[in-house]
Amino acid sequence: MGSFAKRAMNMSTVVAARPLPENRISPVFRFAMLLPGGLVTFFLILFALGLVVFLAFRGNDGSLLGVGLTVENFVTVATDPLYWTVTLRSLVIAGLVTLATVVTAYPVAYYLAFHAGRRRNLLLFLVTLPFWTSYLLRVFAWKIVLAYNGVLNSAFIETGLWKEPTLAFLNTPAAVVVTLAHAYAPFAILPIYVALDTIPKSLLEAASDLGARPFTSFRRVVLPNSMPGVLAAALVVFVPTVGDYVTPAMVGGPASTMIGTLIQSQFGKANDWPFGAALSVCVMLVILCVVLVARGADRRFGSRT
Amino acid sequence: MSGRADINAGGGWLGLYVLGYLVFLYLPVLLIPLFSFNNSIQAAFPLQGFTLDWYRTLYGNPALSGALANSLVIGVISASGATLCGITVSYMDLYGRSPLAATISAIARLPILIPGVIVGISLLILVNLIGLGPSRVSIVLGHILVALPTTVVVMRSRFAAIPKTIREAALDLGASDWTTFRRVMLPLSAPAVLSAFMLSFLISFDEFIVVFFLAGTEPTLPLYIWSQLRFPRSLPTVMALGTVILTVSFIIAGTAEILRHRGLGAARRNPA
Repeated sequence: MGSFAKRAMNMSTVVAARPLPENRISPVFRFAMLLPGGLVTFFLILFALGLVVFLAFRGNDGSLLGVGLTVENFVTVATDPLYWTVTLRSLVIAGLVTLATVVTAYPVAYYLAFHAGRRRNLLLFLVTLPFWTSYLLRVFAWKIVLAYNGVLNSAFIETGLWKEPTLAFLNTPAAVVVTLAHAYAPFAILPIYVALDTIPKSLLEAASDLGARPFTSFRRVVLPNSMPGVLAAALVVFVPTVGDYVTPAMVGGPASTMIGTLIQSQFGKANDWPFGAALSVCVMLVILCVVLVARGADRRFGSRT
Repeated sequence: MSGRADINAGGGWLGLYVLGYLVFLYLPVLLIPLFSFNNSIQAAFPLQGFTLDWYRTLYGNPALSGALANSLVIGVISASGATLCGITVSYMDLYGRSPLAATISAIARLPILIPGVIVGISLLILVNLIGLGPSRVSIVLGHILVALPTTVVVMRSRFAAIPKTIREAALDLGASDWTTFRRVMLPLSAPAVLSAFMLSFLISFDEFIVVFFLAGTEPTLPLYIWSQLRFPRSLPTVMALGTVILTVSFIIAGTAEILRHRGLGAARRNPA
């Protein structure tokens, strides 16, 4: 009796030890496959970001990891109006760039999803190609367009529209907005296109069968269903632009200093790493807020997902 | 397809808009090749006549060729690293069935939500802490990180497009995990592997924001360009160099795109 139960138990453990093919992963294989990604993600991403947060709470004594434990850096950020101005300016510039890229990209994505036909793959390739070219060169291109003796001024004088070149283009926040919007334009199209392309065609047919006119069916069916893509597009444009320091340096002039510029100078000329780390933590908190707002909005529209 | 015909009406204006959008996208960039052939130090109209002088100045410039060699070496090594990570992370995310694999995959795509300047300074602190300091090795680490989301996304969509039954058949026939991965899944996704490698090479080759913090005494090509931008006299040379870089980037990105589509198409046509 006892030995029978033992055998049955043995049988069941044998059966349990021979699971479905999917679960049959050897520990060595699992370890080897998880190692490279694990090292990069935990060491280069999480540990490095942890260092930034740690450093943000240290005082600057010129050493690598600072000294003591203090919230002084954050007090400075919160009380000095300079940082409020620059943060607000970064948010406004990144917000305008996001708005401009998403609004201009939407019709392109719409065309790709519903009208492009056989040209779709070619067009998709053409709008994503600039994404793979040098960001520095794309920004540089705007510098030669907007410069005092640059392309735009000389073209206007050549055509007789103006007599004198104007300084009004370069070194303005507007130049930063235009340049960034151009540099990040390809980012916005793809998420919106994917969202539009996955709308079930039966939904559109149902809307038109039920008598909805094209505009109504766009406003009530297509637009709400594409909102997750719009939010994703807004996020992938907003995040890199809010921390950018290259474009303000290249075409912005002193009136367009952004928060990324300040962080960069703390790790360069100003040489106050703990304070730069504190600024970085603030930027990450701002981005976290934006992500949470986008998540909330996504949930409101996310009936499909 | 028939449902599409209804909304097709009115696509003409939209088509024009898309055309205008493409012009806006490409016109500023195409000015760089245009003025690189212009016989004037100023990038301004009217054009002064055709010249190849600016391209000649690219030859026999030791600082430039040093930066180019650096960029190529760093690009190949970091693209290899990023592709390896992209393959393993996405494979384990899809088939590893463990929370750890899913977590790693999620974190691997996190750099999309961190501005480049913060990636740069966090790695700067890290490499100083472990004693590497700003150096070529540090740049490689940084570029693996920057390219990782791209390689994970490319490889993940490729692995997901391979019918599940193929992997199950291999395992049922007694192939080990390693054999299944190396002899079945990897060959089936070879075009995507190549595409991920090329795209991450391009990312590294063109990257400026992160490399700015991590470079020691040996600059990469974008850093060399940045250093030249201070001198108005060298702008035409920068434009000639930029034209070469843009051409190479277009060719590599185009090839990567074709490979990615060819791979996916082949998998859908012969699912067995």
